[in-house]
Amino acid sequence: MKIMVAIKRVVDYAVKIRVKSDKSGVETSNVKMSMNPFCEIGLEEALRIKESGLASEVIAVSMGPSQCVDTLRTGLAMGADRAIHVEASATLYPLSVAKLLKALVDVEKPGLLILGKQAIDDDCNQTGQMVAGLLNWPQGTFASKVVLDKEKEVATVEREVDGGLETLCLDLPAVITTDLRLNQPRYATLPNIMKAKSKVIKKFTPQELNVDIKSDLEVQGVIVSSVDELIDKLKNEAHVI
Amino acid sequence: ISTLVLGEHEGGSIKAQSLSAVVAAKLLGEDNSISMLLAGSGPSVQEAATHAASCHSSISQVIVADSDKFTYPVAEPWAKLVQLIQQKGGYSHIMATSGSFGKNILPRAAALLDVSPITDVIEISGPQLFVRPIYAGNALCTVRYTGSAPCMLTVRSTSFPVPLTSANSKSDAAPISQVDPSTFGEDMVCKSKYLNHTSQDSERPDLGNARIVVTGGRALKSAENFKMIEKLAEKLGAAVGATRAAVDAGFVPNELQVGQTGKIVAPELYMAFGVSGAIQHLAGMRDSKVIVAVNKDADAPIFQVADYGLVGDLFEVIPELLEKLPEKK
Repeated sequence: MKIMVAIKRVVDYAVKIRVKSDKSGVETSNVKMSMNPFCEIGLEEALRIKESGLASEVIAVSMGPSQCVDTLRTGLAMGADRAIHVEASATLYPLSVAKLLKALVDVEKPGLLILGKQAIDDDCNQTGQMVAGLLNWPQGTFASKVVLDKEKEVATVEREVDGGLETLCLDLPAVITTDLRLNQPRYATLPNIMKAKSKVIKKFTPQELNVDIKSDLEVQGVIVSSVDELIDKLKNEAHVI
Repeated sequence: ISTLVLGEHEGGSIKAQSLSAVVAAKLLGEDNSISMLLAGSGPSVQEAATHAASCHSSISQVIVADSDKFTYPVAEPWAKLVQLIQQKGGYSHIMATSGSFGKNILPRAAALLDVSPITDVIEISGPQLFVRPIYAGNALCTVRYTGSAPCMLTVRSTSFPVPLTSANSKSDAAPISQVDPSTFGEDMVCKSKYLNHTSQDSERPDLGNARIVVTGGRALKSAENFKMIEKLAEKLGAAVGATRAAVDAGFVPNELQVGQTGKIVAPELYMAFGVSGAIQHLAGMRDSKVIVAVNKDADAPIFQVADYGLVGDLFEVIPELLEKLPEKK
């Protein structure tokens, strides 16, 4: 059985973020970037499952600009067997990421898809649930314990919910999203970092995967094209004049 | 506009958090017609429906899905149910509170409807315009939904408090309609099985809704010492919270963690003992009305958000507080 792990490149958790002067977003150039901590936990869990003999291969995947390759290298150095990078320059919202992941699942046919429960930049907490819905797979979100039964082809997942812990039994294939206390991720050792350099990172584009990156969200402020539109917006949308 | 609110119920009544979503829905527009969707099985969900129909004047309809498929709040059938009800009702908005229930179900339903959902909304600026925190609340992001209906969001309950007067103030109950169970057809086969649920039963108020929260950090040093926090909470009628460090050290169970990835709280009084104030922790409590911080380190960042700070050793301060605080009535 293969395990696919989704990995996101984010501003390092220790960086004090700054909003850009034009308020269009958070400054990400010349800022230390790292693997999202929840994704590290997801990858660690996949590696542990493989090391216990229940999986044959761990594939790390990431979507976004070309620098995502650096994050994938970190994943390979931790122990992933190979990696896939879907290069996309447009802003990717969780719905698009979920569609890309679904397309990759159709290619690779993993028995388990593991994601972090949320990314520490946009704090969305959506992608795992969405890809599970698109695939029509069961989902075990906010996992704090995962036990795999290879014979029965099920995963027992302990989930952190508001009022305590909930246990679900999922038929494989399934989607799992990780919570903070699932495990303590390992550090990549120097020999493994060297070894990772020769591991394969396959590239895809959204077009090749037949995924249309649409965006039905827009981060404000709005750029208007004419005075008429500006007046219209102020009058009918903002109700200030 | 019309809104479908996904309601959470327990023991035959609607959870207080779900009513926050109703309060938020009302802000989308005065003429908003709000329907609450409940799912469960047997008398408890029917009882909850009766409660929902009369507990808030803004609820104009209650929709009940009563089937053994919904005995437990599992995401798979719930997401299908939301899709089904949306196809019938054509709502302009679908909302839930952003607890573990809403966050688990709403994105999955959104994917089925091909919609980008918006998580953790803290301000509603217009029917399609919302404010939500990003980077653990260190920046706020204004998002406009430009897609086609429905617009789907989860709202943070602490940002939309339910006024006490609006509860139990309705004389005529809203109509309750039952979803025909035969509509939950073949495609609602569930590939996940609910096994069990464990929680620490306690007499103390729930962390998410408590009026007072008393939180301890790593400085408590042990689970044994953490009992001091619990004692103080008992005296104040407060809920107990903890930092990630305290949870990781095993002083208290996970569900007490306050912060970016734990619970978000905004009580009237938040008392932090031995909490340094990492940004991830501040993200979970900075909306509290009055913040009290007790820490040995005068430079601890928690003092920057505290209304009242006391630089001192918590092992001296807590016993003194226990002694001098008046007994609660």
